[in-house]
Amino acid sequence: MTSRRDFIRISGLGMGGLAVSASSYAVYKKLSSSPPKGPELSLDTMRTPTVCEICFWKCAGWVYKNEEGKIWKVVGNDDDQHSNGRFCPRGTGGPGMYYDEDRLKTPLIRTEERGKQVFREASWDEAFDYIAEKMKSIAVEHGPECTALLTHGSGGKYFGSLLKAFGSNNIAAPSYAQCRGPREVAYHMTFGEGVGSPERIDIRDTRCLVLIGTHLGENMHNGQVQEMSDAIDKGASIITVDPRYSIAASKSKYWLPIKPATDLALLLSWIHVLIYEERYNKEYVEKHTYGFEQLKAHVKNMTPEWAYGITTLEPELIRKTAREMSDAAPAVIVNPGRHVTWYGDDTQRSRAMAIINGLLGSWGQRGGFYNPETIAIPEWPHPPYPEPQRSWRDAYPGKYNLAYETIASGICDATIPDVNGGCNFKAWIVNGTNLIKTIPDTPNLLKAIQALELLVVIDTMPMAITGWADVVLPECTYLERYDSIRNSPHRKPAIALRMPASDPLNNTKPAYWMAKELSKRLGLEDYFSWNSIEEMLDWQLKQVGSSLEEMQRIGVKTFERSYNDLYFDKNMNFEFNTNTGKVELYSTELAAEGFDPMPVYTPHEEPPAGFYRLNYGRAPMHTFGRTANNALLKDLMEENTAWINPKVAGEWEIENGQYIWLENQDGVRSSFPIQVRITERTRWDSVYMVHGFGHTNDKLSRAYGKGASDSELITKVHVDPIMGGTGMRGNFVTFKFEPKEEEAES
Amino acid sequence: MRYAMAVDTKKCVGCSDCVVACQTENNVPIGYCRDWVVEVTDGTYPQLEIEIRSERCNQCDNAPCVRCCPTGASHYSDGGIVLVTPNKCIGCGACITSCPYDARYPHPEGYVDKCTFCIHRVKKGLEPACVSACPTKCMYFGDLDDPKSPVSEILKVRKYKTLIPEAGTKPQLYFLI
Repeated sequence: MTSRRDFIRISGLGMGGLAVSASSYAVYKKLSSSPPKGPELSLDTMRTPTVCEICFWKCAGWVYKNEEGKIWKVVGNDDDQHSNGRFCPRGTGGPGMYYDEDRLKTPLIRTEERGKQVFREASWDEAFDYIAEKMKSIAVEHGPECTALLTHGSGGKYFGSLLKAFGSNNIAAPSYAQCRGPREVAYHMTFGEGVGSPERIDIRDTRCLVLIGTHLGENMHNGQVQEMSDAIDKGASIITVDPRYSIAASKSKYWLPIKPATDLALLLSWIHVLIYEERYNKEYVEKHTYGFEQLKAHVKNMTPEWAYGITTLEPELIRKTAREMSDAAPAVIVNPGRHVTWYGDDTQRSRAMAIINGLLGSWGQRGGFYNPETIAIPEWPHPPYPEPQRSWRDAYPGKYNLAYETIASGICDATIPDVNGGCNFKAWIVNGTNLIKTIPDTPNLLKAIQALELLVVIDTMPMAITGWADVVLPECTYLERYDSIRNSPHRKPAIALRMPASDPLNNTKPAYWMAKELSKRLGLEDYFSWNSIEEMLDWQLKQVGSSLEEMQRIGVKTFERSYNDLYFDKNMNFEFNTNTGKVELYSTELAAEGFDPMPVYTPHEEPPAGFYRLNYGRAPMHTFGRTANNALLKDLMEENTAWINPKVAGEWEIENGQYIWLENQDGVRSSFPIQVRITERTRWDSVYMVHGFGHTNDKLSRAYGKGASDSELITKVHVDPIMGGTGMRGNFVTFKFEPKEEEAES
Repeated sequence: MRYAMAVDTKKCVGCSDCVVACQTENNVPIGYCRDWVVEVTDGTYPQLEIEIRSERCNQCDNAPCVRCCPTGASHYSDGGIVLVTPNKCIGCGACITSCPYDARYPHPEGYVDKCTFCIHRVKKGLEPACVSACPTKCMYFGDLDDPKSPVSEILKVRKYKTLIPEAGTKPQLYFLI
C-alpha cells in the first residue's frame, strides 16, 4: 500500500530553532555544573505557584528560581491535598522538561520538496491560516462534526471549547477507553457514581487495602502512595493480587501470586466466601443493596476450590484474605485501580470489585470510599454552543450505550472510510497525547491517520505522532504558562493556580492562546471574548471569593465543605443514583442493555507454547512515554527491561543483561532490543515490561531506541462490549535474538 | 550535636524522588548523584522479600575519607557532618577509593562531591531536600543528642541496622527494618 502521508522525522528545523535550543541547553549545563551554592541560596524568594502537568494527578507546588533568575527546582505546596507538599520524582524532575533541548520550537507545516514530504518552519499566522482554511472546507463538505479532538492534559480544555463552538462534540481522551473507562462504568452501574480522579478512596483511614493488579508505589499516584505509607504506619493490612511481586506486594500482609487473566474467578470466590461464611456487612447490605439473593445464588458454586483450579491460588489463602477484608469492614478498600483495560471483560471485573465493596459496606464509609466535593467555578460567559447533528456514536448504532465519555479508539475506527459510513472523521486535533503509544493496534491507527484530510498535533516534544501531522503546534511547558484553574474533587473543595515561572522558550505558545487565535480565523471569537488569560482567571476566581493576585501568592485555596457528608450515616436512608436507588449487586441497567447483570467468569486465551503473556506497568520515575527524554528522569531509568523468570531464562539460555527482541503472536517484533532482567519477581508464564519506552523518533535524543515499546507489541485488542474499552493484556511474546529482517539489512 | 538520618525500608517504595530532589536542590550534574536507591530481592517465587534503601554518604563518625584526604578538604563539620571544601580538593580520588559505601563522585569541575545532609537547609531549620520531598515520609532526620528529634524518636521504637558495620566507620545513616 502506498501511503499518502509519509512519516516525517522532524529534521527540517532551521538554524534559528537549533541555535535557540543550543543556548537553552547551555543554560542548563551551566546550571547543573555550577558548584553548589547552597548556603547563599535564598530559599523563600522568587517562587511562583504551579500545578504539575507531568502526570494526571496534577499536584500543586512552587517553582523556585536561582539567583540568575532561571528555573531551579519545583517542590510541593503544603496546602495541597494532592501532594501535601511532597512531589513525586516526576514532578520534582519538572525542570528537565523545561530545559529539554529537543523540545518543539516553532510551528511546522508539512510540505513537499522534490517529491519528498518534509516539514517547513512556519509562522504562527501561517499555521493558523492553514488549519482554519482546512477546517472550514471540511466543515462545508462534510460538516463540522467530522473534526475530532483527541486530548490528554490541561491545554485540551481550550481546544475543546473551540471544537464545541465549531459544532463538534467529538472530544476524546485516551484515558477513558484505553484506561479507566470500564471502572467508571462499573461503579456507575453499582453505586450510581464513578470513582473519579483523584480516586475517592480513603486509604489514609483504611484498615485493609486490597490491590488487584494495581502497583501503587511503582504507579506513582502521589496522594495515594502517601496515604498507603500512612496506612502502613497505622498497621493497616495490604492484600495484593498480582502475578508479579510488585513493590506493593512486598509491603503486603498477603500477596496472591495469581495466574494472569484469572482475576475474575478469584473475585467471585471472594464473594462466595463473604456470603456463605456470612461475613458480609449485613446491616449495610440489608439497608442499602439490591439483588443480594440473586448474587447469592449466582456464586453458589464459585468456591475457593473452584477458583483454585483457575487461579492457582490456594483455597485457604482465598478464605483467609476474604476474612481479613471482612474483619476490617467497613474500613476496607478493594481498590478500583486505574488502568483496567486488560482482557475485554473489564467492566465486569471492575463490577465484581465494586460488588465486594458493596458487600463490605465500604462505599461512603470512613476508611472505604469518601464523598468528594468540588467548588463550582463559572465559565467565562460565551454564546451557546451549536447543537451537533452527528457524533461518534453514529458509527456504532446500538453499541456502547453505557460509555459516558467519548472513546478515542472509536474515533480512530470511525475515521477509516471502509469501516463505517455513518460518521467519518476528516480532521483530528491531537493535544498532548502521543497516540502512537496510547492507542493499541498501530496498523489500524495508521490506516485512520492516512484517511485524514487534516491532522494537527499540539505537543511540547517531537513525539512520534508529530511525524504524521500536517501541522505541528509547539506548546510551551506547564512551567511557562497560565492554564485553567485546577478544580478537582477531594475531601475538601480546593482550587490551584498554574502560572508561568518563565517566558516561553523559543517560539512556543500556550494552548489558550492558540485556541483563541484560531477562533478569530474561524469566526468564533465571541467564544473567547476575554482580552487576556489573566482577565479571565481573575474574573473566575472572583466568582468564588478569591482573585488572581491572591492565588499568585498562595497557589492553593481550600474551602470548607458545604455539607458534613464526607461519609454518609449508614443508618439513614440514602438514595443511590441507580435505577433501584440502591447499591446494585444485581445491575438492572446491564440487564436492560442485554449484558450479564452479575459478572460471569470466562476463560481467556492462554499463551501458545514458547510464548509468554505480555504484562506491562509503570515505573515511579516516568509518566507513560512522556518523560523518557527528560534528562533528570532518564538518569533514574534510561530504558525498560524485559522481566523474565529464572526458570524461563534457563530454558532459553538467556543471560541477565543480554539484549533480545520480543516478538508477539502476530509476528510483530519490537523495533529495538530490550535488556533482559532475570528476576524471581515475575511468573514463569508471563513477561513484564514498563510501558513508555522504545521511542522511534530520533529527534528525542535521549529516548530514541532505548528499550522496547509494549504498545507496538499489542496488536490484538479485546474490546469490552459494554463500553468499548480496549483490552490490551491478551498479547503473547516470544524471544528473538536478531532484529527484524528489513532492519538487519539496513 | 550529632546529625543522623534513618530510612524506613518498610515504607520506601524506591521511587527515587530523593535522588531528583537532591539533584535539583544541589545542582548535581546530570549523570551523577549524591544519593541513590538500592533494591534487594531475596527468595524464590513466590516466597519473596524486597528491601529498598535510599542510600547516601553515611556521615561516619570514623570516616576513612577524612583520614585519607591529603589536603584536609574532607573534614568533619557541625554535628559530625563530613564535608568537602571544593577549593582545597585536588581531585586525587583517595577518598572515593576509601569509602566503603561508594558515596562520593568526581565532580566534572575537578573536585570530589557527596551528600552534605543539605547543611545549607538544615542551618535554616529545614530538612534535607530528600527528606522533605519523600512522598512516603520514610526518612527521618535530626540531632541524635536531642531525644525529641524525629531521628531519635524513631530509633527508640524501631529495629534498625547500619551498612557494613564491620568496616568500623560508625555510620550515622540508619535503616529501619
